[in-house]
Amino acid sequence: MSDIVEKTLTALPGLFLQTPGAGGPAAARAPFSSRLGGLIRGITALTSKHEEEKLIQQELSNLKAAVSAPTTTLKMMKECMVRLIYCEMLGYDASFGYIHAIKLAQQGNLLEKRVGYLAVSLFLHESHELLLLLVNTVVKDLQSTNLVEVCMALTIVSQIFPQEMIPAVLPLIEDKLQHSKEIIRRKAVLALYKFHLIAPNQVQHIHVKFRKALCDRDVGVMAASLHIYHRMIKENSSGYKDLTGSFVTILKQVVGGKLPVDFNYHSVPAPWLQIQLLRILRLLGKDDQRTSELMYDVLDESLRRAELNHNVTYAILFECVHTVYSIYPKSELLEKAAKCIGKFVLSPKINLKYLGLKALTYVIQQDPTLALQHQMTIIECLDHPDPIIKRETLELLYRITNAQNITVIVQKMLEYLHQSKEEYIIVNLVGKIAELAEKYAPDNAWFIQTMNAVFSVGGDVMHPDIPNNFLRLLAEGFDDETENQQLRLYAVQSYLTLLDVENVFYPQRFLQVMSWVLGEYSYLIDKETPEEVITKLYKLLMNDSISSETKAWLIAAVTKLTPQAQSSNIVERLIQEFTVSLDTCLRQHAFELKHLHENAELMKSLLPVNKSCEDMVVDASLSFLDSHVAEELSQGAAPYKPHHQRQEEKLSQEKVLNFEPYGLSSSSSGFTGRQSPAGISLGSDISGNSAETGLKETSSLKLEGIQKLWGKEGYLPKKESKTGEETEAPPIPQESVIENVDQTITKKDPSQLLTQSKEEKEKQLLASSLFVGLGSESTVNLLGKADTTSHKFRRKSKVKETKSGETAIAHNMTRSSFSSPTNVTYEEDYYLDNLRDRRDKELNDFTLSAELLDSESLTDLPLVEKLSNCRPSTPSLFADDNMEVFHPPQSTTASLANEISLASLLEETTEHMHSDLMEVCNNDTMSLSSYKIWKDDCLLMVWLVSNKSGLELEGVNLEIAPAENFKITEQPGCCLPITEAENTKNFQYRVQMEKPFTEGTLSGFINYQVMNTHAVQLEFSVNLSLLDFIRPLNISTEDFGKLWLSFANDVKQNVKMSESQAALPSALKTLQQKLRLHVVDIIGSEGLLACQLLPSIPCLLHFRVHGDVLVLWFRSSCSTLPDYLLYQCQKVMEGS
Amino acid sequence: MIQAILVFNNHGKPRLVRFYQRFPEEIQQQIVRETFHLVLKRDDNICNFLEGGSLIGGSDYKLIYRHYATLYFVFCVDSSESELGILDLIQVFVETLDKCFENVCELDLIFHMDKVHYILQEVVMGGMVLETNMNEIVAQIEAQNRLEKSEGGLSAAPARAVSAVKNINLPEMPRNINIGDLSIKVPNLSQFV
Repeated sequence: MSDIVEKTLTALPGLFLQTPGAGGPAAARAPFSSRLGGLIRGITALTSKHEEEKLIQQELSNLKAAVSAPTTTLKMMKECMVRLIYCEMLGYDASFGYIHAIKLAQQGNLLEKRVGYLAVSLFLHESHELLLLLVNTVVKDLQSTNLVEVCMALTIVSQIFPQEMIPAVLPLIEDKLQHSKEIIRRKAVLALYKFHLIAPNQVQHIHVKFRKALCDRDVGVMAASLHIYHRMIKENSSGYKDLTGSFVTILKQVVGGKLPVDFNYHSVPAPWLQIQLLRILRLLGKDDQRTSELMYDVLDESLRRAELNHNVTYAILFECVHTVYSIYPKSELLEKAAKCIGKFVLSPKINLKYLGLKALTYVIQQDPTLALQHQMTIIECLDHPDPIIKRETLELLYRITNAQNITVIVQKMLEYLHQSKEEYIIVNLVGKIAELAEKYAPDNAWFIQTMNAVFSVGGDVMHPDIPNNFLRLLAEGFDDETENQQLRLYAVQSYLTLLDVENVFYPQRFLQVMSWVLGEYSYLIDKETPEEVITKLYKLLMNDSISSETKAWLIAAVTKLTPQAQSSNIVERLIQEFTVSLDTCLRQHAFELKHLHENAELMKSLLPVNKSCEDMVVDASLSFLDSHVAEELSQGAAPYKPHHQRQEEKLSQEKVLNFEPYGLSSSSSGFTGRQSPAGISLGSDISGNSAETGLKETSSLKLEGIQKLWGKEGYLPKKESKTGEETEAPPIPQESVIENVDQTITKKDPSQLLTQSKEEKEKQLLASSLFVGLGSESTVNLLGKADTTSHKFRRKSKVKETKSGETAIAHNMTRSSFSSPTNVTYEEDYYLDNLRDRRDKELNDFTLSAELLDSESLTDLPLVEKLSNCRPSTPSLFADDNMEVFHPPQSTTASLANEISLASLLEETTEHMHSDLMEVCNNDTMSLSSYKIWKDDCLLMVWLVSNKSGLELEGVNLEIAPAENFKITEQPGCCLPITEAENTKNFQYRVQMEKPFTEGTLSGFINYQVMNTHAVQLEFSVNLSLLDFIRPLNISTEDFGKLWLSFANDVKQNVKMSESQAALPSALKTLQQKLRLHVVDIIGSEGLLACQLLPSIPCLLHFRVHGDVLVLWFRSSCSTLPDYLLYQCQKVMEGS
Repeated sequence: MIQAILVFNNHGKPRLVRFYQRFPEEIQQQIVRETFHLVLKRDDNICNFLEGGSLIGGSDYKLIYRHYATLYFVFCVDSSESELGILDLIQVFVETLDKCFENVCELDLIFHMDKVHYILQEVVMGGMVLETNMNEIVAQIEAQNRLEKSEGGLSAAPARAVSAVKNINLPEMPRNINIGDLSIKVPNLSQFV
């Protein structure tokens, strides 16, 4: 190789003869075209990084002079740009050239412009300030008649474009979707995709056009639009179910070879297109039987057609298998897909093997037996030379871990961990080991030892939850008290042994864990006295390599041990040492210890043994100071007033007349509970003169300081009575595991075992220990849901207990609050009208403002249908999904029971607006419907579960997945033990919005059991719109004026109205009715409206009618809300 | 989405660096270096996928690479891309380069850095795969080249230099290199540091 280099290098000087030496004054006049060559030659000749740096700096300063010289022509500039790009690529700063790149793109001819644009896209980023200077150029080029210029502009837009300037180019790019050239259309689609990524709200109105792009006659344009659809379906799959038919048809045509031969790659028709379509189908068919059924045929065909002759067919096959396993299952397809996975796993090609393991990893949750089929391959992969394959195998093993194979799997993981050096891998793997160990640990010794390994390897990079969880587990323990003690004892013993080893450095976190455990549980061992333990801790304290945070932990441990110790020499030495420490925190701790040490009685009562989880009673009312307070008061001191009371008084003094009662705030001052003897204020701000009270006060503070991590006030949940807790099965001892393993080995086939070589036998043994318990009976462990029951160390679920206890009472309470005809908040007449004529179709539309969002897709349908000639029309599907929203409730659900309960529920809630009932999911035995009640403080979602079968349903449970933008609070009564036949129950959730958005989905699942048979789980989702959270804000014109000035975020926009709206009153009415805005005032042709986003973000709207144009002006304290509201307004005004 | 496309030679010298996600300049250089070290460690007969590690976004990201003679082509992608699909996309890109430069070599990538970028722009736009049909890509590039010819031979000088280098008698290098099971026509890539 080196001789090649040499030859090339010696040849180079001759090649660049026309170039004078780099640098120097002569260089400036040299022909620019050859300068890049000169630069590269220069760099090539260098031997060190340092010289390269020097040369490039020289080059950059030449360039700097060149680009700013007025004599430099654009042609020269173009060449300079290329050199700048080269320097930037090597990592040198060429920021002086950025502005010239923009200039070049602006002024140059086609070729120069091209370089300019390229340089800009490489140099700048989306939020770079210089980018604004480019906007005008882009707009000009987009309007150009030259295709190349338009292409360049579209390219730059899709690479980097400032978000706030999107409106400037958006209409131009939209127009390009109708361009006659397909390359332009394709790039325009991708540019719009980019906009969708960075500012989804701004392109919402062109979703119709995306549908047109999907039906484009050019395959490339259609393929580009798939990017957008993939993204949008990923965000909200339910909105695009109607397109399933189209995607299936397209895929059918591609698989069937209907595309031009041009699109073949290695004689596979458009493989990338197939991959993209399969991915979209996967998202659409997930948990949706009806949609999945549409795609079974084409998936089957894809699996069949993919003849295994090329890499890229494997790519399609892999996607196909993934899709088959993701959508609603069909056994035939699953069988075929499983076979395909086999082909991957068994393939000698390493890339395919990797993908095979990956496929197994996610398939394993549905079909654990598949792992059994390939167990030998998996074992081989464990020892594969490629670390990536090894890691993927461990990931797979992690998914199949159960109580029986845990030791082997964790051992394998630890082995890998010891070899690996990458922090990212360590963090990841350490977390997994800790999780598994906690779940399935076979015995105490193993658990502690594994955790020791985790702590010493994971060290300080691991997630802080791991040590915290571990300590919590030790402290809270589980149900068997002797088992608890043994675990603690073992932990203490093992740490003492570890500390005995000389010259070993443990990570800080590990030391912290040790010191806490030793401080709390050293009393359990008989062998070593507390003094000995303290001595060990003291030794650590004297170690310089230990951080001061850890030292604080160590001193806390010593403090806890001191009351148990007989002699206190070491403690005294420690106090001496650290009361002069430079670290204030340590000094503080040392002083605390010193004071406690002087008063042994107090110390013992303060630091009881093994009470880390007990409730700590703090005398919050400071009752011990009462006598002192009384004394002071009798001597004429002013009574204590809490801070807010003082503030209030100060404020009220400023006013002339104070009409506001301040009884409320003053009566709530201080602390609840006991009355001070003086009968005035309870709290007291004295500093404590007497020695006794002073000591008491400080000591109680100290107690908090020492135990704050693990005491009540820390993050430990409250410990309550353990009644009602099921008893845990005793953990399986080590012997039985081995026995188990042996059994499986002998069961397998003993004859084969004998004939195999020793190595083979080892592998077999490993296999049987790895895959033990993977059979049909113990699959529970693999499913995330059932995991909790098999935990060895199960934390007590205290929250649940209390909840179930309260449920009954709380349920009654909500009932009563429902029936009480109080606070009618919506005074507006139209609301009442609405309620009266709820069945009236026309007005119904108003109440259903939320569903109005869906109507857009409805109106789109015919248009798209017309345009798409390649797919079968599927109006029936569409109707099923979306139309029923608009039917009156009677027609949506047939169940009689449903209606009755609805009627009764509606009666209870008539004072609030609500949507109509809508079915969200159903099966043979039950159906789930939901409706929204727009209460004035929140959105109340009500789900009605009706039992259609003649059998009782047990343990009906509805859970709502936490969603990013919402705060969801469960109304009590959400787990019903039994739902009788033909009956309906309801679940209620309060939903509040945390961050404004236009539309979001709330998803969840419901599970139940029919008469002791299998459990069934149904998933569903409900769309929520911003309007669900908008309420009128009832304020006066004066307040409006004040608020208006105080808000910083404003948005102004002109909206064209349809003819029917073209008058102030009708526009006003529309806004009032559909957006629930409160009309504050009407002044001439101007209107003031106000609303609030729950819980309390106000938004004001000022509007003026100008011919048929409506000038809208929003202001709010929230920066995003005006945008969203504007969007809704536009929709309402244009839509009606 | 494709986050970044990196091309560097066996010595880690960057030949093409294109990020589709914003990283500060120094992080970009760090990514190139780290990626090079990750890839260099690996033999040719192990798999072409790597997990991104800490620099580019964690476990959700993958590095998919191919090694052609003196050059490594590395695509950094997120989980929404198919691994094998990207592997073949690299092949399409390299074959297209080969068509456009007629026996592409590392020198072409150095002297025609801008052109390589233009070709890449036709394949991947803003991180999304724009076109995988090789004929279509070449047609687009040719349309641009015609434009250039009409502009005159300003940039012809480096092209002449390259063809001169190509004609130097270099020791015969294997023209067909097997990567995995694929027989890929690898152009005669000459060594250039």
